[in-house]
Amino acid sequence: MSDNNDRNQVINELTTSEYKYGFVSDIETDQAPKGLSEKTIQFISAKKNEPEWLLEFRLKAYRHWLTVKEPDWALLHHPPIDYQDIIYYSAPKAKKKLQNLDEVDPDLIDTFNKLGISLEEQKHLSGIAVDAVIDSVSVKTTFQETLAKHDIIFCSFSDAVKHHPDLVKKYLGKVVPYTDNYFAALNSAVFSDGSFCYIPKGVRCPIELSTYFRINAANTGQFERTLLIACEGSYVSYLEGCTAPMRDKNQLHAAIVEIFTMDNAEVKYSTVQNWYPGNKEGKGGIYNFVTKRGLCKGHHSKISWTQVETGSAITWKYPSCILKGDFSVGEFYSVAVTNNYQQADTGTKMIHLGKNTKSTIISKGISAGKSNNSYRGMVRISKNADNARNFSQCDSLLLGNQCGAHTFPYIKSGNDTAIIEHEATTSKISDDQLFYCQQRCIGKEKAIGLIVNGYAKQVLNKLPMEYAMEARKLLAITLEGSVG
Amino acid sequence: MLLNINNLHVSINEKEIIKGLNFSVNKGEVHAIMGPNGTGKSTLAAAVTGREGYEVTKGEIIYKGQIINDWQPDKRANEGIFLSFQYPIEIPGVNMINFMRTAVNAQREYKGLPAMSASEFLKKTEKEKKLVEINSKLTNRSVNEGFSGGEKKKNEIFQMAMLEPQLAILDETDSGLDIDALKVVAKGVNKLRSKNNAFIIITHYQRLLDYIEPDFVHVMYNGRIVKSGGKGLAHELEEHGYDWIKKQFDD
Amino acid sequence: METTKTTYILKKNLTDYYYSVVAPHLKKENHKVAELRKTAMEYFVEVGFPHTTMEHWRGTNLQEVYNQNLKIKTEAEVYNKTLSDIFLCEVHGFDTRVISVLNGFFYAPENKQLVTFENGVVAGSLARAQNVFPQLFEKYFGLLTRNYRHAFTALGDALFTDGVFVYVPDNVRVENTFQLIKILNLPQLATNTRNLIILGKNSKLTFLHCDDSINHQSGLSNTVSEFFIGENAELKLYKLQNLNDESALINNTFIKQERNSLLNMNVLSFNGGLIRNEITVNLDGEGASANILGLYLLDKCQHIDNQAYIYHNVPQCQSNELFKGILDDEATGVFNGSIYVARNAQQTKAFQRNNNILMKPTAHIDTMPFLEIYADDVKCSHGATVGQLNTEALFYMRQRGISFDDARLLLLYAFVAEVADKIDIVALRISIEDMIKRRLRGELSICDRCVLHCSQPAKPMEIEIDLSKI
Repeated sequence: MSDNNDRNQVINELTTSEYKYGFVSDIETDQAPKGLSEKTIQFISAKKNEPEWLLEFRLKAYRHWLTVKEPDWALLHHPPIDYQDIIYYSAPKAKKKLQNLDEVDPDLIDTFNKLGISLEEQKHLSGIAVDAVIDSVSVKTTFQETLAKHDIIFCSFSDAVKHHPDLVKKYLGKVVPYTDNYFAALNSAVFSDGSFCYIPKGVRCPIELSTYFRINAANTGQFERTLLIACEGSYVSYLEGCTAPMRDKNQLHAAIVEIFTMDNAEVKYSTVQNWYPGNKEGKGGIYNFVTKRGLCKGHHSKISWTQVETGSAITWKYPSCILKGDFSVGEFYSVAVTNNYQQADTGTKMIHLGKNTKSTIISKGISAGKSNNSYRGMVRISKNADNARNFSQCDSLLLGNQCGAHTFPYIKSGNDTAIIEHEATTSKISDDQLFYCQQRCIGKEKAIGLIVNGYAKQVLNKLPMEYAMEARKLLAITLEGSVG
Repeated sequence: MLLNINNLHVSINEKEIIKGLNFSVNKGEVHAIMGPNGTGKSTLAAAVTGREGYEVTKGEIIYKGQIINDWQPDKRANEGIFLSFQYPIEIPGVNMINFMRTAVNAQREYKGLPAMSASEFLKKTEKEKKLVEINSKLTNRSVNEGFSGGEKKKNEIFQMAMLEPQLAILDETDSGLDIDALKVVAKGVNKLRSKNNAFIIITHYQRLLDYIEPDFVHVMYNGRIVKSGGKGLAHELEEHGYDWIKKQFDD
Repeated sequence: METTKTTYILKKNLTDYYYSVVAPHLKKENHKVAELRKTAMEYFVEVGFPHTTMEHWRGTNLQEVYNQNLKIKTEAEVYNKTLSDIFLCEVHGFDTRVISVLNGFFYAPENKQLVTFENGVVAGSLARAQNVFPQLFEKYFGLLTRNYRHAFTALGDALFTDGVFVYVPDNVRVENTFQLIKILNLPQLATNTRNLIILGKNSKLTFLHCDDSINHQSGLSNTVSEFFIGENAELKLYKLQNLNDESALINNTFIKQERNSLLNMNVLSFNGGLIRNEITVNLDGEGASANILGLYLLDKCQHIDNQAYIYHNVPQCQSNELFKGILDDEATGVFNGSIYVARNAQQTKAFQRNNNILMKPTAHIDTMPFLEIYADDVKCSHGATVGQLNTEALFYMRQRGISFDDARLLLLYAFVAEVADKIDIVALRISIEDMIKRRLRGELSICDRCVLHCSQPAKPMEIEIDLSKI
């Protein structure tokens, strides 16, 4: 019995963790008035000096958005979102155009330093180029010159619209059209900034590219958009991180990521999602509704999604691959941790269109507190996808008896040469495992940490090294500081 | 001549593995084919037995005077070509005894013989099981499922005994066998040797050849037979390793 | 989705039928039955027929069924000959008590409409039983069905013409099998039947439910069945489905299990134009255990949809689900298994697996094995595969001289044997194994007589041998 009490205590401690990135920075901002209308969209577009075609795109998306309903199929419960109570544009007030770091608002640099993201290149240990996005705009992109040497374009989305309009026009909305879903339509109407990345033919990007998202201002929504194009034979590893201050009110984040890979190109997209999850009573936190999708357009192309989801009050996210090119490969590696009252409905879609296409799905869900954690994934093999292969493994780990772990795979096969395998298990940490650790002098809390990390290892190993360490720490923090 | 291979070229996925191989076997002979990994030994076995995906792009495989390039695998088997697999596949749900009986009677039907009666079949099963020292019941087991490495290889020789082939190809039958199992397998093969049948033993080491004495030893390298000789050649190889061959034939 | 013209007409016909034929007699029915009919009809009028935009009907399109201009028969068949003249269905060496339902009505001579046997077991027409055993109906009828998920369950409750009632008192273990044979022998008929089967404490029953066709006419057979398995009781439930290519069969099966009860269920679908099996199992007593196996072998343009909902409502229950299927030609299949483990349903063990083989590029399968788990001390897993025959195994067999066709057959049979082997009535298993073999050889199709006793002599398959001697 005391054993059980011990366990409960550990789990209690786990469920009383604190969010470490919840500070608010006092930064002057330039905001749009609350609410959404064609006027708001015109305001955003004007603020950004956008060309006419982009405004048209936004308005079309907005008009479509008015005709569709919020999706209700996910296992998520939240009060209705008041879309008129959100500020759709908020930017740190810039005094003038920035040329170098010295000109960036010191408060901003301070903010990013607190987050452990250095905007000063010389201080950067690992050589990761960062595009830092605060609220609605990109504030600084590092390592521009290094990248320019390789003809790699890595800049804020707004800059891309200015300097590479043809590329943006060619790819924007081509893999996630604004008609795709409710939140995609919303994002397409109001997106404010994000990152743009273009890797030319045959170039292996020498450093990791990274975007860091931060919601700072109150009552704002963040709607960024990322567009990543990998030309023939190129390679890039891309990282995305995010945090937000602790606020009582829920904040909306509805992003879109679009990826294109041509023949023999490879994109590795890693996310460590750490939006504010709300407090332990379930108050506040980010509503995270994200559409991420990659098109393996060329033969032998590859897109690999790795995500560590620890934050957000609500996560609704299904990074997907459309495997169009013959021999193309899609991968999805995910660790999703929910605690307190967090809800996650996340997974992937692997759409096999080309011949000899291959996909792998590894999903590890960890539920604690009173949270609910669902894997939802679709594998579809179309008629012409001869010899398509899929392997999926979706495991759930339950910590405590007040949480839920769910698995919803959808497998559709219309080709007799395809082989699809799906496996899933749900379990808790076994008493035997715990006892074994204890017998070897490892305390319960530490043991849980070890076991959880071991459980997630298969996915964590897919992250670039610095991020894997970060993610391990984050897992520990989400499940309480001493674990890990 | 039982088997005669002329200028054989075999490709897998359009990649040429066997590049003009000549080789012949007479009744009553035992041939050993040796060579480093990846030189096409198993590909040769697959080509002779008609495995799908192994495309003969040039040359002939002549068996008992007929070109068999286009024959289905089961026809070749019914004509007496047997392959002892390097990795016998597990077939869950297919009972070992039913499987063997189906095979034996398929062969009898092919030869125009009546099906073997249950009691005859049982008798033969018992006899051949003893040959390779299979002690467990096969009744409740699926084909190769849950068999240990040694059991799987013994099971291959058991099936060979049941089907009484004229040309038996043993593909790395010695790999993964401990010395006791190796002796059992060799004993089985030696018992089945006669002047009416022939064996091709594909092996990496000469270990097995200590127990099954070959009449000829061939060395395969880069898709061809590059050296042939008597059993002494095997000892030479054992002594000098394959680098000796590689050096000679790498351009 | 907008209503099509045909669904509108069918809905109107069914509603008219209710008000003109069913409603005037409600007073004569058990009040529980009458009440349920009313609420079920209200539900149907409100929600109408299922359509493919509904989550659980995405894979099954009933439009063609709705288009058939289906009629309802209002009166029972007059009993004038034994069923074996119309239809012969028996398994050798297997003693069954045959219950027949013809065109939606109980089919038996007047004096055998409702029989009480010496051991107290009651079997017969549900329509008759409702007024003879009011207290049982009071307690059980509609208990499991009334939270409707869709119209077909409601239609069964609202419009049923008749069905089967079986009551096994406490401590009675019924040795011989009850076999329900359900046939339609009129064209374009829509039938709704309703079964209620109650097993008392420590009792045992084997129930074989056969849905068959005896001609090639179209029709819709909708059945709603409730099974109550008392404490320590055991139910073996076999469903055999062998219908023509024009037929539509919808089976809604609801089961409630009490403490330490055992369910062994086998759903075997061999033929049928459109088959939907919806199975809901409520594990409501600790220590209850449910084994649910399914096998489907379809070809041509046939369609199968198996939906299994297993609710682990209390601790220490166990469920095992295994569905295997082979789809040939343009056959399509859906499997949707949901395991739900309630909060506090600790020490649950729940396993679910669905394996499929597609034989042709035109066949299609959707499989959705779901887990919804709210308790932590559980062992749950599920798996699903879609594939084809193992080419390595095929080559291995052919290398041993076995022809391609035989090798393929052996492998197919091995694939389904995992389900067939678990049928524990020997005589039934032998019959079913034989059916499977003939089905896989493409020999089995609907003939004039029962498929279990087919007039075509079976070609012996040369893989039989007395294994006990080896």
